[in-house]
Amino acid sequence: MRWLAEVRVTLRPGIADPQGETIASGLRSLGYETVTEVRAGKLLRIAFEIDDAASAEAAVEEMCRRLLANPVMETATWELRADEQQDADGALP
Amino acid sequence: MTIAAAPRIVVVVFPGTWSERDFVDVADALGWQARLAWHTEADLGPADAVVLPGGFAHGDHLRTGALARFSPIMAAVEAFARAGGPVLGSCNGFQVLTEAGLLPGALLRNDHLEFRCDWQWLRCDDAVGPWLGGLEAGDLIRLPISHGEGRYFADEATLDQLESSHRVVLRYADPSGAVTAAGNPNGSLRGIAGIVNERGNVLGLMPHPERASDPELGGDDGLRLFASLERWLQEQPAAAERRL
Repeated sequence: MRWLAEVRVTLRPGIADPQGETIASGLRSLGYETVTEVRAGKLLRIAFEIDDAASAEAAVEEMCRRLLANPVMETATWELRADEQQDADGALP
Repeated sequence: MTIAAAPRIVVVVFPGTWSERDFVDVADALGWQARLAWHTEADLGPADAVVLPGGFAHGDHLRTGALARFSPIMAAVEAFARAGGPVLGSCNGFQVLTEAGLLPGALLRNDHLEFRCDWQWLRCDDAVGPWLGGLEAGDLIRLPISHGEGRYFADEATLDQLESSHRVVLRYADPSGAVTAAGNPNGSLRGIAGIVNERGNVLGLMPHPERASDPELGGDDGLRLFASLERWLQEQPAAAERRL
């Protein structure tokens, strides 16, 4: 069965995020003066085949731990769903 | 036991590594033997020291150094390091060493978001290990830096532990040797430019010693690290055993 995971990787709270600060400053200079903070991060969409939901959840957790996020500086959160309507070409949404 | 033969260094090359030939040039100039090892190789071969050079291993995709850690040769590098062999990771090589867990902490995007390519003063705070044993604490050296992601980060407990165990060996300094915000090119916590592992045999530093190896390049302070290594190898009977 095919699963789709959407993994968000962000810097841990308290770690300076100069990209986010620069984006916040850009938004303020465009007139969005109430913007107080932006934190930048990464979005990873992963499609994979595995039998059941528990295994899929465990697989995503392991991918995050082993590669996708570095726990020294980052945290990962994810949403996981079964891909009910697989595209014929397998392309991710 | 002393070593008569020239030191043998293995310089690891990942796809995207860019400083490997500079290390080989230094080795050639010193009369050493250098071998480039492609990242898919399983063995280092005969080696007295291993270098992970700068560059953009595997394109630095996902995070700097993150994918290089899984290259087949890294298992051999880890084994060499854990056996006490001298390992130097410069720039991207430092990033690879942190991702591989051979050194603590991580290197983040420079605080000003710019790629910084410049000469940089560094203060040696502890002259330990094969690469810095020939220096003295307090020595100032000038080496090039060339990186966009060199902001050293570790949690406070790790930073305290590194300092109390004398493992913060190099700090960014101003020309007078003071570790100040103005002398810090990337926002590294506590001005950290280089650290060693617990045993002292693995050194990670963001600057490039190989690019300061000839007065014609603008400086040769980097040679002091190579001279340290040569002296250390001559003093270590264990090093001779590793050559077998």
